[in-house]
Amino acid sequence: MSREGRGKPPAPGMAIPEGRVMPKPDRLRPPAWEGGRTDAPNGGAFQVIGTRSRKVEGLAKVTGRAVYTDDLVLPRMLHAKLLRSIHAHARIVAIDASAALALPGVHAVITGRDLPEYFGIIPWTQDEQALCEHKVRYVGDAIAAVAADSERLCEDALRAIRVEYEVLPAVHDIDTALAHPEWQVNEKAVEGNISKQVRLEFGAVDAALANSDEVVEAEYWYEGSTHAPIEPHCCVAEFDATGFLTVWSSTQVAHYLHRDLAKVLGLPAQRIRVIQPVVGGAFGGKSEPFSLEFASAKLSMITGRPVKILYTREEVFYAHRGRHPMRLKYRTGIKRDGMLTGTDATVQIDGGAYSSFGLVTTYYSGQLLTAPYVFPAYRFDSTRVFTNKPCCGPKRGHGSVQPRFAFECQLDKLAEKIALDPIELRRRNAIGANTRTVNGMRVTSNGFLDCLDAVEKASQWQDKFRRLPYGRGVGVAGSTYISGTNYCIYPNEMPQAGVQLKLDRSGRATVFCGCSDIGQGVDSVLALIVCEELGLELRDVRVVAADTDLTPVDLGSYSSRETFMVGNACLDAARHLRETVAGTLAELWDVPKGQIVLAGGLACATSDPERLNMSIREAFQAAESRHGTLGSVGWYQSPVLGGDYRGGTIGASPAYSFTAHVAEVECDPETGIVDVKHIWVAHDCGRALSPVAVEGQMEGSAWMGFAEALFEEQVYKPAAPGHGFGLHHGPSLLDYRMPTSMDSPELHSLIVESVDPEGPYGAKEAGEGPLHPSVPAIANAIHDALGIRCDRLPFGPPSVLRTLRASDARAAWQRARAPLTHGTAR
Amino acid sequence: MDDSTTVLCRLTVNGDPRICAVDPGTTLLEALRYRLGLTGSKQGCDKGDCGACTVLLAGEPVLACITLVLACEGQAIETVEGLAGPGGPSALQDAFDRTGGAQCGFCTPGMLVSATALLRRNASPTRAEIQHALSGNLCRCTGYTKILEAVELAAAEMRARA
Repeated sequence: MSREGRGKPPAPGMAIPEGRVMPKPDRLRPPAWEGGRTDAPNGGAFQVIGTRSRKVEGLAKVTGRAVYTDDLVLPRMLHAKLLRSIHAHARIVAIDASAALALPGVHAVITGRDLPEYFGIIPWTQDEQALCEHKVRYVGDAIAAVAADSERLCEDALRAIRVEYEVLPAVHDIDTALAHPEWQVNEKAVEGNISKQVRLEFGAVDAALANSDEVVEAEYWYEGSTHAPIEPHCCVAEFDATGFLTVWSSTQVAHYLHRDLAKVLGLPAQRIRVIQPVVGGAFGGKSEPFSLEFASAKLSMITGRPVKILYTREEVFYAHRGRHPMRLKYRTGIKRDGMLTGTDATVQIDGGAYSSFGLVTTYYSGQLLTAPYVFPAYRFDSTRVFTNKPCCGPKRGHGSVQPRFAFECQLDKLAEKIALDPIELRRRNAIGANTRTVNGMRVTSNGFLDCLDAVEKASQWQDKFRRLPYGRGVGVAGSTYISGTNYCIYPNEMPQAGVQLKLDRSGRATVFCGCSDIGQGVDSVLALIVCEELGLELRDVRVVAADTDLTPVDLGSYSSRETFMVGNACLDAARHLRETVAGTLAELWDVPKGQIVLAGGLACATSDPERLNMSIREAFQAAESRHGTLGSVGWYQSPVLGGDYRGGTIGASPAYSFTAHVAEVECDPETGIVDVKHIWVAHDCGRALSPVAVEGQMEGSAWMGFAEALFEEQVYKPAAPGHGFGLHHGPSLLDYRMPTSMDSPELHSLIVESVDPEGPYGAKEAGEGPLHPSVPAIANAIHDALGIRCDRLPFGPPSVLRTLRASDARAAWQRARAPLTHGTAR
Repeated sequence: MDDSTTVLCRLTVNGDPRICAVDPGTTLLEALRYRLGLTGSKQGCDKGDCGACTVLLAGEPVLACITLVLACEGQAIETVEGLAGPGGPSALQDAFDRTGGAQCGFCTPGMLVSATALLRRNASPTRAEIQHALSGNLCRCTGYTKILEAVELAAAEMRARA
């Protein structure tokens, strides 16, 4: 546990003095291109960027030819399975695997003693073992692994393993964790069950609240949920006769997996190759190493044969690392003119049994709230605790979806108090572009006001808000999110993203990058950038990604970093080669380099395109003849950013995306059923490199937020006669209520482009930001419809009915119909 | 696999006669993926909840993960691999690619099979009919929007071509 000091209070909304944010001399700086990195390379219009293009791997996916990890079958391959704890909290007294090992077809059994080294995604909180050696901490914690000829033999072998447990008192929620520090879940905690505590204050919060005309104080509960990608985690490991280990895994962070495999297995990293096959969804749930990767590798080392582990769907729920349950208390003040004054937040976070990214989660629960609105004064006190449940971690919108829900509900309540249209309230407090947040985060491009205008218009807000009949309503919410984090998870000054680019004399380009396409389309982003710079058609670019033998390091698919960071690295690699090719043609044709256009498979000079032209293949050959083999590298390293206090870099990002949603609901006051009819999603992604992909991220994010608002819960059964606490409530895709096509609202994507000065062609993230406003927009819409406040997730019928019956909802609904001050779109 | 209980199962898969030796407990999905090498059909839950394993059995969508392969003896199976013609993807597959109906692509084979069955019996489905036909296929990436658009686009193009 660490207790943070007070932060320095920089002036909110303050413009950044020229040269204030300068890279340290020792920090790498990407090349500065004449004219910046936001414009089309040929001047004028883009050729492929911004067009409705296909994805590079799209046809392989729709024809069933894309190869996912479980599609791999190697000669002599064994299968393995993990034995999992039946207790939420118990000491392992003894394990007897002799009967399992004696079964015909069983080749090896390993336990915690075989893999004792601790690991963890954050270097300061390494508290996990691949297989528990001394203690289990949740129902489903892994204890042993068996390798056998088939999965069914593995299951027989698991049943033959005898584990003697000494059952310990289990910690099932935040209050118990704090009340019983002696029931310590995780001995790596410095104190009791505290995983991490962060207290930061910016400005004079108490004075600001005291000087407010209205203060809203409320407590919120954000229920846990899980990623549930349709592809379960899977891994194949092969340790060959030369002592070289290859691991194919459905991971979204091949580089971090590479490092932790070396640590836990005691192998040199240069003798390990990690390959990420096509991944069937991740959403943050595959962003750290799991037991299966270490266990399959160790079993392959023991047996000398390839070993595959495929998690069952039930095991995916135990692997978890999903949304943290949070209890959030907010006090927020406002002046009668609609300007926010101070915000005081207390956040308690249920972390589950291990740390995972929890250090970051705890910071994010406070640090990421300070835009898109000006916070004159802000204080947060966030505490993450350990409990005897599967470990929470980074689910899409890591750490900031929960406080965003609470805060946007606070804004709706404040707007009602001062009879101001909630969209107008958000406009008046918008932080704007090229500024700094109260906690020292640099904001550059900002399209938030355009997002508000877009959803207000498209939803016909002015005709609907407070004007629909009882049971129907609309609600609004806004948000911001990072486009990558400022630092690697382990401290170093090497680039965060690297790209190698090879041009072939056949007229083809191959991009090599460690990035991780998990369905969001980063491979296609790379291909589109190369096409744009080098005048190629999409089919003539090949992307080789996420293979640690072949590709330069990229940190992987988390924190919405890929488009911004990998895109920038790729842009630089492609520009270097564009300079080479264009320079060759300029000399050849004796024209200025600025006249060379590379587009659509052709090269020409604008002064005389009829005469001075050739195919791109010929252009590559001319350049290769003059300069030798054609290849280049590009890399990205963010500038030094963040506040000047401990923790001030956590939440710092080179660019922030902005989002606004309006949700429209129809609620049945008799049954408590909430039917979300529409969500209008306006998202500032900087520039949409691939509008189809950006819309896909906006729709998928908004939908995932909708699912958390109304349907999904990762919850556990209480203790009952015959069993202790901790069984997952329903670890299946039937019981975990993921919305079907019939449950889902109409999603309307409204792309807003603010063109970020540092993004590749001005692009920012789109994969996580648009999740945030769904939940509060729906909560606020339910209030407009029924006159009740939904402060606890999910807003299922029991919760809605309970709230309806506990209050005079009709009267509250009627009161909310008082005349409003409206704003106007700019 | 216990040799004493192994039996032969005859299937017609994507038009090809196939024989595989299976344990009686083998599911159709296991037979397709691990015996016949047709890995296009996916296992997302192995208990009939997610629909990623959907294939056509005698023209009707079934969940291959909870169908015993011996129950399919002598019958025609169509999988995602059978939807594309020699000249390229089907109109529906192409529409999925153009509209962004496949993000991670893991639910896509099952979605395509369910939607193919729908379009064969109903050339002009309404959006509600499409939603109903795909309600047994879970997608975690798209929010279903672009999948519904893809089916509508393919239906319109197939009608225009007919």
